[in-house]
Amino acid sequence: MEVLSILIPISLILGAVGLLAFVYTVRSNQYDDPEGDARRILSNDWDDRPKP
Amino acid sequence: MTAQLRPSLAACPACVAGPVEPARPVPEDVQIALSLPGIHCSACISTVERALAAHPGVEDARVNLTLKRALIKAAPDLRAADLIPVLERAGYEAHELDPGALNATQTDRAGRDLLMRLAVAGFASMNVMLLSVSVWSGASDATRDMFHWISAAIAMPAIAFSAQPFFVSAWGALKVKRLNMDVPIVLAIVLALVTSLWETSLSGEHAYFDAALTLTFFLLAGRYLDYRTRAVARSAAEELAALEVPRAIRMEAGRETEVPVAQLVVGDLILVRPGGRMPVDGEIVEGRSELDRSLLTGETLPVFAEPGFAVSAGEVNLTGPLVIRASAVGQETSLHRMADLVAIAESGRSRYTSLADSAAKLYAPGVHILSALSFVGWYIYSGDVRTALNIAAAVLIITCPCALGLAVPAVTTAASGRLFKKGMLIKHATALERLAEVDTVVFDKTGTLTAGMPEMTNLDGMSREDLSIALALAQASSHPLAVSLTRAARAADVEPASVEDLTEVPGYGTEGVWNGQRVRLGRAAWVGATHGGQTSAWLAVGDHSPVGFLFTDALRPGAEETVAALQASGKQVMLISGDTTGAVEALAARLGIANWMAEALPQDKVTRVQALTGQGRRILMVGDGLNDTAALAAAHVSISPASALDAARVASDIVLLGTDLSPIAGACDTAKKATRRIRENFQIATVYNIIAVPLAVVGLCSPLIAALAMSTSSITVSLNALRLR
Repeated sequence: MEVLSILIPISLILGAVGLLAFVYTVRSNQYDDPEGDARRILSNDWDDRPKP
Repeated sequence: MTAQLRPSLAACPACVAGPVEPARPVPEDVQIALSLPGIHCSACISTVERALAAHPGVEDARVNLTLKRALIKAAPDLRAADLIPVLERAGYEAHELDPGALNATQTDRAGRDLLMRLAVAGFASMNVMLLSVSVWSGASDATRDMFHWISAAIAMPAIAFSAQPFFVSAWGALKVKRLNMDVPIVLAIVLALVTSLWETSLSGEHAYFDAALTLTFFLLAGRYLDYRTRAVARSAAEELAALEVPRAIRMEAGRETEVPVAQLVVGDLILVRPGGRMPVDGEIVEGRSELDRSLLTGETLPVFAEPGFAVSAGEVNLTGPLVIRASAVGQETSLHRMADLVAIAESGRSRYTSLADSAAKLYAPGVHILSALSFVGWYIYSGDVRTALNIAAAVLIITCPCALGLAVPAVTTAASGRLFKKGMLIKHATALERLAEVDTVVFDKTGTLTAGMPEMTNLDGMSREDLSIALALAQASSHPLAVSLTRAARAADVEPASVEDLTEVPGYGTEGVWNGQRVRLGRAAWVGATHGGQTSAWLAVGDHSPVGFLFTDALRPGAEETVAALQASGKQVMLISGDTTGAVEALAARLGIANWMAEALPQDKVTRVQALTGQGRRILMVGDGLNDTAALAAAHVSISPASALDAARVASDIVLLGTDLSPIAGACDTAKKATRRIRENFQIATVYNIIAVPLAVVGLCSPLIAALAMSTSSITVSLNALRLR
């Protein structure tokens, strides 16, 4: 059962990484226009070069 | 020149084709905001952004599809009015928004805060659930104790942070000695934590850390959905308020200055251009024109206006520029005086108790009594505080209104989302429930069933020659009748005759010279004709007797279908208008409405609606004008189109975003289905309580059963809500 002393911290750290990633997405306004962003990926307007 | 300069110093050519759009490319200092009710797909985004970016002066444009808005960063001298035609050419309806009125940041913060708490609760409950699974699958002794302690270490801070909204709300209710839904929730969470800590410190078998966290998570999910629905409605309502950008042109020593309406004072001279709306009450001092008063009174016939004529705020100037002297501004205008009538009508509206409120009223005391009784019962039976407390906690957790908390928000979110896509904005929280009960629909005529746009009726009876002269004269004017005549004549492939010396005489019409003869198109009296009952424009060629062009108000798109669909679903449809008997009767006959009332004053509309309500009818009022405002407030539920006056939109529960009326009939069905789903959800939650509560009371409810029952009921309730079509 010694493996638990490694597994439990690992699982907690992985979970915390997920939580932090989510907090980052919220803070960088990625939920402002969910519908538009889902569709923008289908448009090929700026595929060849970035928007100036 | 984008707001966010992207470092495009790619080291390799391939990197240029990397992820294109940065995560936050919303122009930062937005100067112009446009509402685009018609956009719906990815092609729309590209078309709109490309059309806007191609316009000189636009630095950056970003479309938000969820909110159906375009935010534009532009050169300081660019106006929204310059961009609207650009989008109209691209095929999109656009309206100007006041960027200052869209204070998105404030509402955003509250939503983000809830989302953050939801995320923390989700993270913690997953971790604790993982630990609990190992306990349920047989971990024992020291391992079990260690798992419980770790769970406690995660659960305590997580709940302290995530469950704050419940703590605050419950404390608020207790302070004024009342019970709300949050009191049993907080009690359950706190009791579960305390007994679990106690059990853990005694190396006990049962700990409810996972249950307390899952409970918080599901309840927060319900809160968040509820918040989202309201935030969408609020932001769209803000958008409607922002649609009216109130400015006026003040004459200062012969110079024209544009000022906000709020700065006008009594005695100011104000210039109102053709097509403009009167910002204040006043008297005409200069100019001749015609006024469209349909939003105030429902009359479709424009009235003649000359110096000395009194005008009220909200009337639209049609032909010539007018200078008016303000006699009442702001709150004193006749527009605002109508608000008193609304206040009276609103106090008459019966207080509606929402389904959720009536459920909570039954529920909250029941939960406390049941839990207290099981504590007392077990204490007397076993004489052990620990067992009794454990069981009381189990009962509270099981009965906690977890599914109930999701039952209503999940359905209203689904339903309002559907209706928003169809172009309806639900402004009021209980509007859907009330809409489901409707059995009588009362329509206003002008601006609601009709588009407020004249349509020519006797094109076939005209000679080509008359038409071509009329077209030449009409082209020179922006009067609605002239515009309509031009459109009809062009559609019939009429070529304009060559008329010289074209002049528009404001308030009367246009005149010119054709083949050496004087030709006039305009008001009956001006050309020497006698006025009939119908809206008309007259053409006089030389000394010949004048010919009349007759007009009727064009129907709003979807009006016929809506009336037919409402009648087919067994609702009684009525028409109450302030317009003349002839016009109302003709429209009623055209739409097949048997019950109509013409020449109704605002007061008449309210009394009629109240009388019908007194007969036990549930009335849906659809109207747009100021004369409808009080009736809108008095009805059981009310709808107004986005083109309505601000006052009418504020008074109504639902706003139609597009120009089409047809979503109304569908909305009634959706509302009925939504209410049925809410009731079903309450039933599901009750059934689950009936099964699980006896188990909890007799002490057979382990944390595993509690977790299973809670999750299944919450998930069934959410899935049931998603079934809504």
